[in-house]
Amino acid sequence: MKAAGVILAVVAALALQTTLARFVVRGTVAIDLVLVVVVYVALTSGPATGLLSGAIAGLVQDALSSPVIGIGGLAKTIVGFLAGVIGTQFIVSQPLPRFVVFFGATIAHAVVFMGLYTVLDIRHFGNPSAAVAGQATANALVGVIAFQLVELLPGAVERRRATKTRLRR
Amino acid sequence: MALVDIRQRSGYLFLGVVLGHVLLISAQVNSRTGVPVLEAVTFGIFSEVQRTLSGGITGVRRVWGSYVGLRHVKAENEELKRQLAEAQIAMQQQRALADRARGLEKLLELRDHLNLATTGAQIIGAAASPDFRTLTIDKGTRDGLRPDMAVIAPAGIVGRIVVPSARSAKVQLLIDRNAAAGVIVERTRAQGVVVGSGDDRLQMQYVSEASDVAVGDLLVTSGIDTIYPKGLAVGRVESVEKNGPAFKRIIVKPTVDFTQLEEVLVVVTPTPAKEAAAGVSE
Repeated sequence: MKAAGVILAVVAALALQTTLARFVVRGTVAIDLVLVVVVYVALTSGPATGLLSGAIAGLVQDALSSPVIGIGGLAKTIVGFLAGVIGTQFIVSQPLPRFVVFFGATIAHAVVFMGLYTVLDIRHFGNPSAAVAGQATANALVGVIAFQLVELLPGAVERRRATKTRLRR
Repeated sequence: MALVDIRQRSGYLFLGVVLGHVLLISAQVNSRTGVPVLEAVTFGIFSEVQRTLSGGITGVRRVWGSYVGLRHVKAENEELKRQLAEAQIAMQQQRALADRARGLEKLLELRDHLNLATTGAQIIGAAASPDFRTLTIDKGTRDGLRPDMAVIAPAGIVGRIVVPSARSAKVQLLIDRNAAAGVIVERTRAQGVVVGSGDDRLQMQYVSEASDVAVGDLLVTSGIDTIYPKGLAVGRVESVEKNGPAFKRIIVKPTVDFTQLEEVLVVVTPTPAKEAAAGVSE
């Protein structure tokens, strides 16, 4: 059941990344929604689930857009594993620590991803520091908002039910 | 139980998955002769998902647009009746103008101008990763598309086909970091190569310090890359700086606005340069 949820989230992120993003920002996408989902899954489910979801999501993303399949998968596997380890070793329940994890995960992903491409002499990225920092900030904001929404929505429903019950009495 | 044990030893699992990825990457890097089967199959399947989603979203937008339109339809009805009488007169004039515009459109139509066989395609998806600048179009090998076919728009060149599946194809945009095209400066015929930089600008390389290139110059394709037909607009020179003792650093703004593309043309006939290259190889 949980695996199905993870797969659904990854597919939804890929669909949003490739389809809705085109309508929202006209093809100029700075946010890596798949990476956000991988880090989210890793923080909530641990390193094993994090690395597996990272591997699957990265491989699918590679197959759809990369010349070499596996580089994005490897980068997301490492990020998923590290985020999962951080999630189990530290208390990451406040927006600020979560922001830091998402931000750091994006930086780590960029280092592995761009580093491998450069080392293998497949593609060179020039000086991507500004673009990576922008993407890290955007990913971190989306990740923190996603966490807040998932945590707040069930509580809001409960509060509404309690209010209705009080009014009936 | 076995799955639980593996999950508890996440370190071993991590090493195993990383090793698998390294082997996978190594296999491709050592023997990259064509499109990997996994890539083609995955892309083919996912392009169908993109097509379905794109269709669904278009449908929802149409339904929503119709609903918003109906809200004001009564108020507009009377006004429209009044305007209809005026419009019928204006229509006679517009019809004459439309006939003239249609004639001009035919004259300007790119395919006639190029004298090349092309097929129109609609864009149905964007890149799955922000690090790559690609688009998905709704035509594939069933429509005669092959790798390295040029994709163009009325404003200039868009990119080339990199992965065609049966009913769709992935287009590498000219602004992708791995894209390049041979160009000449229209004013002075100075030659060079433009390469994508990953953002919305191109870089013109291999232009000697002695060449006459100025801001505002139009760059057109030279045809030497055997992909793009000769004479298509590529971009305008935005800045020219000295880059070392021998070359210039030239930034080019593409003539095509890649963020506004909805439909493109795919050149399905080989360029003369490609035909010549094929003849030599035979």
